Amino acid sequence: MRNTRKATVTDRFLDFITQSEAMVSIVVVLLGFLVGTILVILVGRNPSGMYSAITQVLTGWDLRRGTWNARYIGEWLVMSLPLILCGLSVAFAGRTGLFNIGAEGQYVAGLTAAQFVAIFGPQIPFLHWILAILAALVVGALWGGIVGILKAKYSVSEVVATIMLNYVAYFTSRVLTMMIPGANTYRTPTYPQTARLASPFLEQLTNGSRLNYGLYLALISILFFWIVIGKTRLGFSLRATGLNKEAARYAGINVNASITTAMAISGAFAGLAGAVVALGSFNYGRVLGGLDGYGFDGIAVALVGNSTAWGTALSGLLFGMLKSAQPLMQSRQIPKEITAIIMGLVVVFISLRAGVRMLMEWRMKEQAKKGRVIE
Amino acid sequence: MNVLLQMLPSILMIVSPILIAAVGGLISERSGVANIALEGLMGIGAFMAATTHVLLEQSFPYSIPLALVLATLAGALFSVIHAFASITLRADQIVSGTGINLLSTGITVFLCQIIFKQERTEPFRLGMLPGWGGIYPTAWIALVVLILAWYMLYKRPFGLRLRACGEHPQAAASAGINVERTRYIAVILSGALAGLAGACLVLTQTIQYTVYTINGAGFIALAAVSFGRWLPKGVLGSSLLFGTSVALAIYMVNIPSLRFLPSEFFSVMPYLITLITLVIFSGKEYAPRAVGQPYDKGRS
Repeated sequence: MRNTRKATVTDRFLDFITQSEAMVSIVVVLLGFLVGTILVILVGRNPSGMYSAITQVLTGWDLRRGTWNARYIGEWLVMSLPLILCGLSVAFAGRTGLFNIGAEGQYVAGLTAAQFVAIFGPQIPFLHWILAILAALVVGALWGGIVGILKAKYSVSEVVATIMLNYVAYFTSRVLTMMIPGANTYRTPTYPQTARLASPFLEQLTNGSRLNYGLYLALISILFFWIVIGKTRLGFSLRATGLNKEAARYAGINVNASITTAMAISGAFAGLAGAVVALGSFNYGRVLGGLDGYGFDGIAVALVGNSTAWGTALSGLLFGMLKSAQPLMQSRQIPKEITAIIMGLVVVFISLRAGVRMLMEWRMKEQAKKGRVIE
Repeated sequence: MNVLLQMLPSILMIVSPILIAAVGGLISERSGVANIALEGLMGIGAFMAATTHVLLEQSFPYSIPLALVLATLAGALFSVIHAFASITLRADQIVSGTGINLLSTGITVFLCQIIFKQERTEPFRLGMLPGWGGIYPTAWIALVVLILAWYMLYKRPFGLRLRACGEHPQAAASAGINVERTRYIAVILSGALAGLAGACLVLTQTIQYTVYTINGAGFIALAAVSFGRWLPKGVLGSSLLFGTSVALAIYMVNIPSLRFLPSEFFSVMPYLITLITLVIFSGKEYAPRAVGQPYDKGRS
């Protein structure tokens, strides 16, 4: 320890923020909020409106009127569900070393399948929506699995393939949904009540929000992710494939099967997200007029959550909070797109992670050089 | 065929922005940087052009050329983020591209709300006017861009160096090429072209910028690059094919013999064709070898 010099504040700060991945995520999110706030000030608006909107979503307290309404909390959770599930989708693929930009397409595939079962399925309480959920899982898994097969068998880049499949899913969904009897160019007839995920208990708890059984499905998904990735042999071989393909192959892991399985499971998460939105937030099938964007947002969610189960759940809640605060911000003269800007900034800042590491290495080299001079 | 000929001006109107953006993508990818931010950068350009034009339409006679220039600059400026993250910081190129795509929809609509107090720009009265034969000037811009890009990539030493950076950056570096600088130039050029493409799109195909203006055109351009096998002539061919397909989806109501098909059939073609060709030609590697990999001097 002869050459240790007194650690500067910057050194200590860098050490502090790079000591864990979670810390980096927090710093990145704070930076995103900071730049977003500065932007709001620059355009001459009052950023306190942004934060009071966020407070209202988080706690139900309306600071301006001093009233409390649990519905806001319920709506926050409703908004977070598809984000968490799409985040899990991107994260699951990410753990296997795959970049799933196609969560959007898998989401659309699941949504469409769920809508079909909702319209045509047997009208038996519980069984109806369970069948719809299963259909969404299967179709989502197929849509993701195709990418896995293309990647494993034909070495087609999953990035290009998923971008293409997003739009294939979108246009196919439109055509198929418009074929449903009674559908026009933007919606199908209303579903039977048995297809809905509505939970009277959760609705009552949150003062009539749209909070639904999707909450339990999301919780199960988080647990599933956590157990499969961390505690099972399958999860181990998937992670091994992600960390080093050649080493995994040498260790006897079937890399091609790993890639296909990972993409299929990843697609199933996104498909479930589609079903939760289709059956939980709407009571009719939609002919999509544009992509909902949950799948793309899921990329940000997974990146901030470091592709871990609980990290993704937390960052899904964070982004859900931003999204469900949008109308409240708008009513406080803050353009609601500030939330999209913050999300985009966060993803751009994630790349700073690499930058900070480079800075550390550079400082270490510099220190080593100085040390040599002293000796 | 006659119908197609009648549709030619419309087809060229739709092909031009796709081709311009695809040439941008081509330049960036040949230098070794994947640019999935084309979509977002086109949005920035479209917003910039629509805003400039609508604000100056009444008072300044050259507002359209000015809009094109400013959109090009805005695209270039925004792509610096991608360049900095993926070249200097060696971040994942897909991640920073995704970030820009997310940022683009946010920032453009945000600024619309500030400037126009609504979620879109004000509509302008008169966009770009078609010239000879009903063909928009954007077609000529696209042609010039393509020829210049081909000339730069294949006839100039800089183009040779740029392509070397995309194939084997370490080898290029050992031959004395500044890989990082070359890639920066390529990414910024592609951003400028994507911005220009967005401007061409908004000034010919619509009357204002909304969040749905680009609607996948950037991703079609991306598909055109890979379907065109990373070659200028290939990109020209694939842009023509995809643009025609998109045009058919819009104008097929005018063609009685096609009316039995849903319009989505043509909308989906570019994506489907790209996907299928990727599978068919999967054995052969057409992509620049180093595309998507950060360049690390220390690695051999």
